[in-house]
Amino acid sequence: MSEIAAAPLLAEQFDDLDQQRAAAKLGMWIFLATEVMFFGGLFLAYTVYRYLHPDVFAEASRHTAVILGGANTGVLLFSSTLMALAVRAAQLDRRKHLVWLLLATALLGIGFMVIKGFEYHHDFIEHLVPGASFVWTGTNRPAAEMFFWLYFAMTGLHAIHVTIGIVLLLILAVRAQRRNFAKGNFMPVEIVGLYWHFVDIVWVFLFPLLYLAGHR
Amino acid sequence: METIHSPRFYWTNCACLIALLGLTWGLGYINLGAFNLVLALAISVAKMILIVLFFMHLRGSSRLLHLAAFTGVLWLLLLFLLTMSDYMSRGWVIPPR
Repeated sequence: MSEIAAAPLLAEQFDDLDQQRAAAKLGMWIFLATEVMFFGGLFLAYTVYRYLHPDVFAEASRHTAVILGGANTGVLLFSSTLMALAVRAAQLDRRKHLVWLLLATALLGIGFMVIKGFEYHHDFIEHLVPGASFVWTGTNRPAAEMFFWLYFAMTGLHAIHVTIGIVLLLILAVRAQRRNFAKGNFMPVEIVGLYWHFVDIVWVFLFPLLYLAGHR
Repeated sequence: METIHSPRFYWTNCACLIALLGLTWGLGYINLGAFNLVLALAISVAKMILIVLFFMHLRGSSRLLHLAAFTGVLWLLLLFLLTMSDYMSRGWVIPPR
């Protein structure tokens, strides 16, 4: 039964496992390049509006919850470290380590989302959500509202990516527990690892741009 | 088979990343004018390079992967360059009536 559950080691179109892994990794890097474009549109919109309204963006940025945003950066950096260690555990065929590291990485991802929830709650009660209940005492309300549109679009899109990552990590943990990644057949762990690190990189740029646009 | 790094290797990278985070955060409380943005972006790029080279193992990967990674960044730069050259040059030339 366990032999049926295990994924076939080598697909027939490849000469050997190394070639198969190289193809999978190239595919993932190309996918990540399209993700750069996907987020790139929002980063570009941010750049244009910040260029047009630098003072309003600086002021609006001071209203974001910098402690929660900064803490979340740390959480993601730690989770990336654990993810890298998980790939290492897979390379060494250490199943128990792999399962625990995948679960710990997912747990930090969940922690990120919980902190994000508190942050959105803060934004909500501070009337920073664009729309009818948006309150702005400074000048140029539309530009300030645009900052918060971008803030929610960028952190929201990122949060969707984190959520997908958490689900993938939990699936990997279950599969690792079932010995699916034994004997060098750990390509899925490596691929999800690349995705997780990419999501981390996006946040590395979001943090200073959204939370520290104006010095505090 | 690629090389397997020690846990110390990854934790050293983690420590560097956390140190850079502290630096970004700290700089956010000092008024350096335009340099706030320049330094923040420079630190973010440094963090990205650390993550890409050591966590994502681009260092030691094939040239093909280097090319794929570089292409994403290149097209992003083109997107920014062309769009911003439009916005930044608006008003340079006022058409005659």
